[in-house]
Amino acid sequence: MDNFLTRTAQNRFMSVGFARVNRTVRLGFKSLWLHRLRSLLTVLGIVFGVCSVIAMLAVGEGVRHEALEQIRRLGSNNIIIRSIKPEEERSSAVERSYVLEYGLTYADIRRIRDTIPGVTLVVPGRIIRDFLWNGRWRIDAEVVGTVPWYHEMRLQALSEGRYLNDFDMEDSKNVCVLSREAADRLFPLTPAVGSNLRIGGDYYHVVGVLAREAPVVAPGGGNSSGQNAAQTLARAFIPLTTAKARFGEVLVRRRSGSFEAERVQLHEVTAQVHRQEEVEEIAKIIVDILDKNRKKKDYEIIVPLELLRQSERTKRIFNIVLGSIAAISLIVGGIGIMNIMLASVTERTREIGIRRALGAKRRDIIFQFLVETVILSGSGGLIGVVLGVAIPFFITLFADMTTIVTLWAPMIAFSISGLVGVVFGIYPALRAADMDPVEALRHE
Amino acid sequence: MASRPIAILDHVGKTYQMGPVRVDALVEINLVFEAGEYVSVMGPSGCGKSTLLNLLGCLDRPSTGRYVLGGVDVSQMNDDELSEIRGARLGFIFQSYNLIQQLTVLENIEVPLFYQGTPPEMSREIAAEYARRVGLGDRLKHKPFELSGGQQQRVGIARALVNDPLVLLADEPTGNLDSHSGAEILELFEALHEQGKTIILVTHDDDIAKRSSRVIRLRDGQMESDMRHG
Ligand SMILES: Nc1ncnc2c1ncn2[C@@H]1O[C@H](COP(=O)(O)OP(=O)(O)OP(=O)(O)O)[C@@H](O)[C@H]1O
Ligand SMILES: [Mg+2]
Repeated sequence: MDNFLTRTAQNRFMSVGFARVNRTVRLGFKSLWLHRLRSLLTVLGIVFGVCSVIAMLAVGEGVRHEALEQIRRLGSNNIIIRSIKPEEERSSAVERSYVLEYGLTYADIRRIRDTIPGVTLVVPGRIIRDFLWNGRWRIDAEVVGTVPWYHEMRLQALSEGRYLNDFDMEDSKNVCVLSREAADRLFPLTPAVGSNLRIGGDYYHVVGVLAREAPVVAPGGGNSSGQNAAQTLARAFIPLTTAKARFGEVLVRRRSGSFEAERVQLHEVTAQVHRQEEVEEIAKIIVDILDKNRKKKDYEIIVPLELLRQSERTKRIFNIVLGSIAAISLIVGGIGIMNIMLASVTERTREIGIRRALGAKRRDIIFQFLVETVILSGSGGLIGVVLGVAIPFFITLFADMTTIVTLWAPMIAFSISGLVGVVFGIYPALRAADMDPVEALRHE
Repeated sequence: MASRPIAILDHVGKTYQMGPVRVDALVEINLVFEAGEYVSVMGPSGCGKSTLLNLLGCLDRPSTGRYVLGGVDVSQMNDDELSEIRGARLGFIFQSYNLIQQLTVLENIEVPLFYQGTPPEMSREIAAEYARRVGLGDRLKHKPFELSGGQQQRVGIARALVNDPLVLLADEPTGNLDSHSGAEILELFEALHEQGKTIILVTHDDDIAKRSSRVIRLRDGQMESDMRHG
């Protein structure tokens, strides 16, 4: 084109540059600030969408983290088998006068050990509910009769003293290792290690205290509510041989007026599988072996690895649901923004005409309105991110729940809200640019 | 004065099709505008004055004929090219001022420079200079609604001048003003004419027309008369 008409060929080149973008953005803020209440209400949809998604993700991630932590503590190579009272016996227990016999037996573990080569360790345990006494002071606890390597296998760390050892076992010594809760509650003032406590008629020497564990919530649903309560109880670990000698096979429990006697050889067995890939297969074999030798189901089997998988599945479903909610709220928010921008374009027809008359090209108008929409949705996204990060913080503070805000959640949420601005801003911007300059100027 | 043609209308016609109705807003217009002319366009309402001005201002394209502006045929140019020309070499002054309400006086004057890609500091300087020339050097930070009609129209004039246009196009620039402010605006136009600006203005006022160097009269979209004086 003739330079006489357009002297600005060299200026034009920088028209796409930073200065122009900068001024267009400032202009966008100015126009939006002119209608601040309207702008705020418009972005509310995006704000809530982004904020709720980040907050929910944080809570979900926290729950998952806790579940994984618990499952990991059970040991992903372990298979845990617990004795449970068979269903039909449980209901009519009140009238029973004879000794109820159920649960895992020494024969069971022998069979497991002898027939399954992949199992490197089988740890028996006996669990007796009783009081621990320190002088006149007592607490309700679980007395666990077990073998020296139990702690190691169940990943229980020691905080003071020592674990049970083979000598304790061989000599059926009256020694015990306390859980942190038990030690703190029974010996609030004096060090627990080195003290003596009484269980039933016998005194036990405290040789060690375990490190504190987070309270275990049964992962994957309520199939083990008994386990749930038991895990939070104070516990005292004594050698299995001692447990056998002191408590015998028959346990008598007082329960709401009537006596109830039951004989359980082993309350809990932990089988450690050498290779993780075999865990689930071996769990099946164990079930087969156990079922072959009993008429009624008097045990439950817990495979932490399976729980882990299940928790991953749950998490995936949770994410899909959350993603759908996020998508819907962002679409709704985007439609709200588009609606307002269409109104704004109509309202500012005159301005568009003026700008066109003064040299604005169609793409300048498109850019201007697109920038405005992106500012709207972007600041909505930003407010949403700030709230979405703050809310989990307060949840953790007041509800004492673990929440985890992953780095990518706010980043993705923010960029998607910006994208929403572009997608829903294009149509209003095109409408603005398609106006005929003469008609736009004549608009009242 | 050197007679150099700036704008040439060659058998220009403009028709609007409104459903089955055909409106011939302009028919067979042949005009040559020379540099430095001060032209009044007159005629009864609906005769096509604004249509003519919009064509001259590259806001619209003629339906028939050729329009040569600054030696370039612009009648077949596309939207972007016309925008470019409007921004670079044309100045518009409107009856209702047409300032952008959310911008200050200075920012309003800067708008054409912005679309020319003028660097911000330079553009501010130029705009402030033109604001001073129209007597608004102390109102740079004001918003349009804080100004009187006459002051707003002066902002409009400064904005039209800021890109050093080939032609100033004004559609009834004093139509919304009282006689006093109107006279002030006309004085401004005359001063610009003295400086050699080419001005084409639409008016209904014979007194205004008398003060210009050439009067074009339209009737029903056709040329009625074209008189030079002064
Ligand atoms: N967009 C359009 N569509 C259809 N007809 C139009 C359009 N614009 C103008 N016209 C017609 O063209 C003719 C000329 O209109 P124009 O606006 O140029 O008149 P004018 O001389 O400026 O009148 P006034 O003095 O009232 O401003 C009128 O008959 C008008 O109805
Ligand atoms: Mg008109």
